[in-house]
Amino acid sequence: MEWEAVIGLEVHVQLSTRSKLFSGTSTAFGADPNSQANIYDLAMPGTLPVLNGEALRMAVRFGLAIDAEIGRHSVFDRKNYFYPDLPKGYQTSQLDYPIVGRGSIVINLEDGSEKRIGVTRAHMEEDAGKSLHEEFADASGIDLNRAGTPLLEIVSDPDLRSAREAVAYLKKMHSIVRYLGISDGDMSQGSMRCDANVSIRRPGAELGTRTEIKNVNSFRFVEKAINFEIRRQQDVLEDGGTIIQETRLYDSVRDVTRPMRGKEVANDYRYFPEPDLLPVEIGEDLIEQIRAELPELPDARKQRFASEYGLSGYDAGVLIAAREMADYFERVAKRCGDAKLAANWVSVELQALLNRENLDIVASPVSADSLADLISRIRDKTISGKIAKTVFEQLAAGSENVDEIIERQGLRQVTDEGEIEKLVDRVIAENAAQAQQLRDGKQQVLGYLVGQAMKLSRGKANPAQVNQLLRDKLKP
Amino acid sequence: MLHLTVTELSAALSRGEFSSVELTRMFLDRINLLNPALNAYITVCEESALAAAAAADQARVRGDVRPLLGIPVAHKDIFCTRGLRTTCGSRILRDFLPPYDACVVEKLRQAGAVMLGKTNMDEFAMGSSNETSFFGKVGNPFDTGRVPGGSSGGSAAAVAAGLCPMATGTDTGGSIRQPASFCGITGFKPSYGRVSRWGMIAFASSLDQAGTLTKTAADAALMMQAMAGLDPRDSTSVDRPVEDYTGELGSSLAGLRVGVPRPHFAEGLSPGVEQGVREALAELERAGASLIDIDLPNNHLSVPAYYVVAPAEASANLSRYDGVRYGYRCEEPADLEDLYTRTRSEGFGDEVKRRILVGTYALSAGYYDAYYRKAQRIRRLIRQDFISAFEQVDVIAGPTSPHVAFPHGAKADPVEMYLEDIFTIAVNLAGLPGISIPAGFEEGMPFGLQIIGPDFGEARILNVARQFQQLTDWHKRLPVSTAGES
Repeated sequence: MEWEAVIGLEVHVQLSTRSKLFSGTSTAFGADPNSQANIYDLAMPGTLPVLNGEALRMAVRFGLAIDAEIGRHSVFDRKNYFYPDLPKGYQTSQLDYPIVGRGSIVINLEDGSEKRIGVTRAHMEEDAGKSLHEEFADASGIDLNRAGTPLLEIVSDPDLRSAREAVAYLKKMHSIVRYLGISDGDMSQGSMRCDANVSIRRPGAELGTRTEIKNVNSFRFVEKAINFEIRRQQDVLEDGGTIIQETRLYDSVRDVTRPMRGKEVANDYRYFPEPDLLPVEIGEDLIEQIRAELPELPDARKQRFASEYGLSGYDAGVLIAAREMADYFERVAKRCGDAKLAANWVSVELQALLNRENLDIVASPVSADSLADLISRIRDKTISGKIAKTVFEQLAAGSENVDEIIERQGLRQVTDEGEIEKLVDRVIAENAAQAQQLRDGKQQVLGYLVGQAMKLSRGKANPAQVNQLLRDKLKP
Repeated sequence: MLHLTVTELSAALSRGEFSSVELTRMFLDRINLLNPALNAYITVCEESALAAAAAADQARVRGDVRPLLGIPVAHKDIFCTRGLRTTCGSRILRDFLPPYDACVVEKLRQAGAVMLGKTNMDEFAMGSSNETSFFGKVGNPFDTGRVPGGSSGGSAAAVAAGLCPMATGTDTGGSIRQPASFCGITGFKPSYGRVSRWGMIAFASSLDQAGTLTKTAADAALMMQAMAGLDPRDSTSVDRPVEDYTGELGSSLAGLRVGVPRPHFAEGLSPGVEQGVREALAELERAGASLIDIDLPNNHLSVPAYYVVAPAEASANLSRYDGVRYGYRCEEPADLEDLYTRTRSEGFGDEVKRRILVGTYALSAGYYDAYYRKAQRIRRLIRQDFISAFEQVDVIAGPTSPHVAFPHGAKADPVEMYLEDIFTIAVNLAGLPGISIPAGFEEGMPFGLQIIGPDFGEARILNVARQFQQLTDWHKRLPVSTAGES
């Protein structure tokens, strides 16, 4: 009998504010340990929190982007537990009155279908510092640079049914927060972290007992961790065992999840309203102001790309995933006037180049304008698509002007009827056997002959003309 | 000179009768003489005090006429002072040197006041007798065998004994008003949010409020003028103009409606205190006020509600003292658990531990609704009682404490000690301003009249207290044992 997985995700997104959630300290990543911790971050006696207005606006931005209810009366609470990297001995978070209420996110699956995933809530909270266990003998180091960094914890409904859906949800989340400019969403730096709640059941049955997998830090590991956990739970249940509700850690080296030790699991957080902060009252004005500033979001952009540029759902989906990629594409498409070619070049050639060089689109060595010019030269038949790839490589290597490259290297396409006829005649002469086969009606050899002509012209002959002329001359 | 009021000292300084350096020197000498017996100060900063006094004298020469310029002040050791040890009366902070000044400290310094040192207090402001301090008990200047009250006992004793003309304090459940009552001085607690809590070590954040200990209400008005105001560093401080406290000290009491809460005259009030407070109320009546009996129906719930809310907040506020970043750390911790357990077991005293345990329990899963949530509901009811009362009256007046100061060690039962604050606690739960002013003596010990105002009615109650002090001289009675020269 089949098993159905039921998965809910808790995603922690680090908001890209300049300063911390409750203090004026910088949030920049990578500074010397404890160089970005002021007296509040160190929990010195008598220091008090002041809410970062930028973080609040970012949280509201996110809420509006997923069509969620905004908490008009939002309250911070203290979550109490002792840990050396939690300086106050409590984390300031939100329990009963989060800033963002119920909303939803549409995820795009690999088969092209869509699925709407409910978002239960999202709340603001401060991050803890880091404990460094490796660097010191017989001691642990504490780095409080990250302590107090603003996080938005986004809790999904248990609507996800597979590890792939979970990854699609995470990727959509990544895309949304980047479009909104509220986080860099970088999982490798911990700007986006994920806890997964996983249970399995027979389809249609009551929910099974869930386990929580903590702190998984890449899309790939999320998929692997969830898949491992689903298999593990299946094995337990099929062997007649029962699932224990517990918190587990994913070990990426061994590709397993294991239960956290007792001490790693805090039990009673004794939440109560944070008396050092007043409830945050959010008015209609602020909400409307933030709504007016919302950028075009991934789903809307995908639709527009389909209707405005005639792109397929798949192509549009690939291009819009990252805002910078979509911006790049639009600039190319507008300048060259051929959206389909632009989509092709951006998602195939450019993407391959970026992957090869391990570069982000914003660091692309080929500018959108150069790529548009290159496409324009294909469209006006100055060069062939094949030659264009050569030019593209030169652009990638640092050359800037498409026309200069074409002229300097003599790459202009040959379209002169007379020259092409000379070329075709030579190919027929040198490949008499194949020419005869074509005359005999064996169409498969046409490609070979065209290839020979192209080779002879070092790629410069217009392939359409070569093709037509060969067909004319070698008619059965 | 040592028993002049701030107002009198300010006038004398401006007339050039003496310099701030001379005045400061005199207080420092007296501290050296009397503090060993009273233990009112934990730390005295002689050198920086004399330097600040000299700077004040120079400023005066340049024409600076601010009222607090050159006036010595003592700060309760709950206010952080940059580079000067701030202990909060606890072993866990016994060597703590803050790299910052509390807002109150900063404001009084900017107003020209000269800091003499830091006064003793119940550990983390948890107590009503100043007996829980790691730095030892404080003597009451009227009888050193008795307590000065708490938690601002060191500040109250210092003002009463002439070890400073004015002092800061904090009041979470009566910690300014009750010691003022016990020491025969004026203790003023402003509305919650009127004075910034920034740099003031937290006990119960939603109740803590900084205030003043002085000889007179006029002096309290002078200090408050410097201390009050919005502070962007404290999100709970209010954005509301500061009244002219000193300018409004001349209003007549004619037509003033004084609410007299029946529950404050119930069982447990000592006969001498009751008689004295009734006489004080009659004095107000003679000055033109009318007395109106009022009910505060939920007042009897204030002590139980307070002893849930305050310990709950304290249990979280005191989690930061873990031996990791600053403060006391146990010797040679074996592991993290041991570091936490021994640091906190050795660093905190019994009363602090008791309240952390009570607060932790009240917030625990399964008990939250029964304790914390219910206490918050009672708190709203208590506040509502006051709001209703202030529809009929302008101020509320009654005893500050049920009796005069008791001997050291007399109240060993914590619950008995908690009931000390039965008349003061509701004011904190409601966030209102209150003042205690000397109103009589029983067994040779002073007791206070408490006057409570509506939200941000600071100027009103300071004026009522001032008018009372124009008509009476209880506040001028000096403790015999420490009267010294004047």
